[in-house]
Amino acid sequence: MTMTTVPMNHALAVAAVLLGLGLAGLLVRRNIMFTLLSIEIMLNAAGLAFIAAAAHWRQADGQVMYFFIITMAAVEVAVGLALVLQMYHHLRTLDLDAASSMRE
Amino acid sequence: MDVTFYISAAVAVLSTILVIASRRPVHALLYFIVSLLAVAVMFYVMGAPFVAMLQVIIYAGAIMVLFMFVIMMINLGSDARGSDRGWLQPSAWLGPSLLAAILVAEVVYILAAAPLPSASTVEVTPAQVGQAMFGPYVLGVEMASLLLLAGLVGAYHLARRRRAVTPAGNDAPDALEEKLP
Repeated sequence: MTMTTVPMNHALAVAAVLLGLGLAGLLVRRNIMFTLLSIEIMLNAAGLAFIAAAAHWRQADGQVMYFFIITMAAVEVAVGLALVLQMYHHLRTLDLDAASSMRE
Repeated sequence: MDVTFYISAAVAVLSTILVIASRRPVHALLYFIVSLLAVAVMFYVMGAPFVAMLQVIIYAGAIMVLFMFVIMMINLGSDARGSDRGWLQPSAWLGPSLLAAILVAEVVYILAAAPLPSASTVEVTPAQVGQAMFGPYVLGVEMASLLLLAGLVGAYHLARRRRAVTPAGNDAPDALEEKLP
């Protein structure tokens, strides 16, 4: 049984589509929960690209990079959700446009 | 094995579209969990079972539970009454369940078509990943642990509720505090 008969280009194309969807969500949605989810989508797409490269060259380095990405994503989610809680306590909303007092 | 990759890729893309298109955060979260599981199936098919397990346990398990906790904490104040009924409506769980059922069928097909992968069939074994991680990348692993510690301290510091004058409604934190245990 051969595990990898999937061409790397196809996996990279899926990763690009996922990254584009995450970027679109980041640009379109104004709810801070969706912003965080979009960032997670993009990080996951980056991890998919790393795994595709690791499977193509049969090296373990890509999986190590995925490990670092997942660590970073966990930390980013923890801090980001703490910020979400603070924002909700202060502004009583999750709308990002409500937190634009530094812009004005 | 190829067809499972493409089916799960389609499931991942479809559920990701539904993540950014859904109106309520809980629905988006359910679809995102399905998307993560689909990507985990893709990892497995590409010969990275260790990373697929990490994706399921850490990403779809731990990180998404964190999201769910925060959504539940925030929903507690405003519309906690009808939330149970909202959960039980088919519109909330039918779509993610269907997509997850496709993934389950794929996993069953993979396991039925071939026995569990031994070390010779997997492209990159977990042992190789571990040797790389604690060999040339050991400094990176230490830095990752420091990053986790910093994130722990930072999240605690940021999420702590302190008595401060808030710009919008100075009695808002007290009102929420009475509802939260």
